[in-house]
Amino acid sequence: MSGVRVLVGTRKGAFILTADGQRKQWRIDGPFFGGWEIYHLKGSPADPNRLYASQSSGWFGQMIQRSDDGGQTWNPVDNQFTYEGTPGAHLWYDGTPHPWEFKRIWHLEPSLTDADTVYAGAEDAALFRSSDGGKSWQELPALRSVQGEKWAPGAGGMGLHTILLDSAKPQRLFIAISSAGAFRTDDGGQSWKPINKGLHSEYIPDPTAEVGHCVHRIAMHPSRPNTLFMQKHWDVMRSDDAGDSWREVSGNLPTDFGFPIEVHAHEPETIYVVPIKSDAEHYPPDGKLRVYRSRTGGNDWEALTAGLPQAHCYVNVLRDAMAVDQLDECGVYFGTTGGQVYASADGGDHWEAIAEHLPAVVAVEVQTLP
Amino acid sequence: MIRVVLPFHLRTLAKVEGEVHLDVAGTATQRSLLEALEARFPVLRGAIREHGSLQRRPLLRFFACAEDVSFDDPDAPLPDAVARGEEPFFIVGAVSGGQE
Repeated sequence: MSGVRVLVGTRKGAFILTADGQRKQWRIDGPFFGGWEIYHLKGSPADPNRLYASQSSGWFGQMIQRSDDGGQTWNPVDNQFTYEGTPGAHLWYDGTPHPWEFKRIWHLEPSLTDADTVYAGAEDAALFRSSDGGKSWQELPALRSVQGEKWAPGAGGMGLHTILLDSAKPQRLFIAISSAGAFRTDDGGQSWKPINKGLHSEYIPDPTAEVGHCVHRIAMHPSRPNTLFMQKHWDVMRSDDAGDSWREVSGNLPTDFGFPIEVHAHEPETIYVVPIKSDAEHYPPDGKLRVYRSRTGGNDWEALTAGLPQAHCYVNVLRDAMAVDQLDECGVYFGTTGGQVYASADGGDHWEAIAEHLPAVVAVEVQTLP
Repeated sequence: MIRVVLPFHLRTLAKVEGEVHLDVAGTATQRSLLEALEARFPVLRGAIREHGSLQRRPLLRFFACAEDVSFDDPDAPLPDAVARGEEPFFIVGAVSGGQE
């Protein structure tokens, strides 16, 4: 029977949750790297035993860990992320130029076809790639030349948090940065274009600027790589032309502020968000933790509440903390800053906590195992 | 032989317990000590000193003979008691709180 492996990154270590295809009995292993922030960990689609983890600490800096046995054992690989050339400056919070400084890796995205190739999204925002299993990292510097001097950090830092790969077009990548916006390359990272047309952000000097939007997350179904779904700082957006233009699909959501967005594994028009009250109050409206599902690619949303706390709940769900599995009945997973990991084995109709009392959850990824 | 005391997380990274004992060629300085430490435990590169600049990471401190030597010239000789192995060289994570 197939199974699932849920990779959970928290403020104080990583945890691995495993279950068979029924997804009823869960085994929790960890913490791995106890005491360290694990911003993200993810498995290779080409080799499910190959995992990469971003381990960081304010005291000791950045580590990248790699496992070749599905997370049972780990070994550090290279942790040197050097900006190409003279790093230059981006905008600081006060509008002055500020030199690019490496802080941490927010997101690791293994290649769809080669377990040794993996992309890393950095704060301060930059994209790095390793083609030797993490033994060395090289920046794809053209990205920062796309008006990088106008990029500015959001409250959480200027991190490159989304990396989407298109299996039909290996030279195409989508990335998103908080708070510079979304960008696309069609030539493997040699050149990039901002893809923010249609975004409207009231909180920046030019609400329709080419760059500077606080994109929180982008999701894509692999069968429809030209359709992208975005959870922006405010607004849920959709593009059907690979990001060339966007339109709002917030529809009847109680609030369109939030962080994660995900697409059902088998229904490309079924998407999930977790509305958060506001940019000033990062918790669910009315103290009710509700996942919202749209089966129409946006605009029409339904609240999913069965099994989720519907009173006095004031957790957040961060941008990388939601994922789906590939089983016949799609499983949906998310983690909270309160340390719960919730899972639904029926596409969101019913939920249960499969882990509780963990440190604040930063990232959730899921591997569907043969 | 120089004795080095690492903080918990660096001991975990380096997969060592207790003190680390290093042989440092020539005059023992912070720089030669750290180079010997990083040569023996490459995983510690970047964790004590920044890559490139080799500056001490901001939230780490160095102590020797009960003195904070964090801001000493990295090429200055270490105290004799440390160089002779009578006293350890401490690498300490600053007590700087944190988010949680």
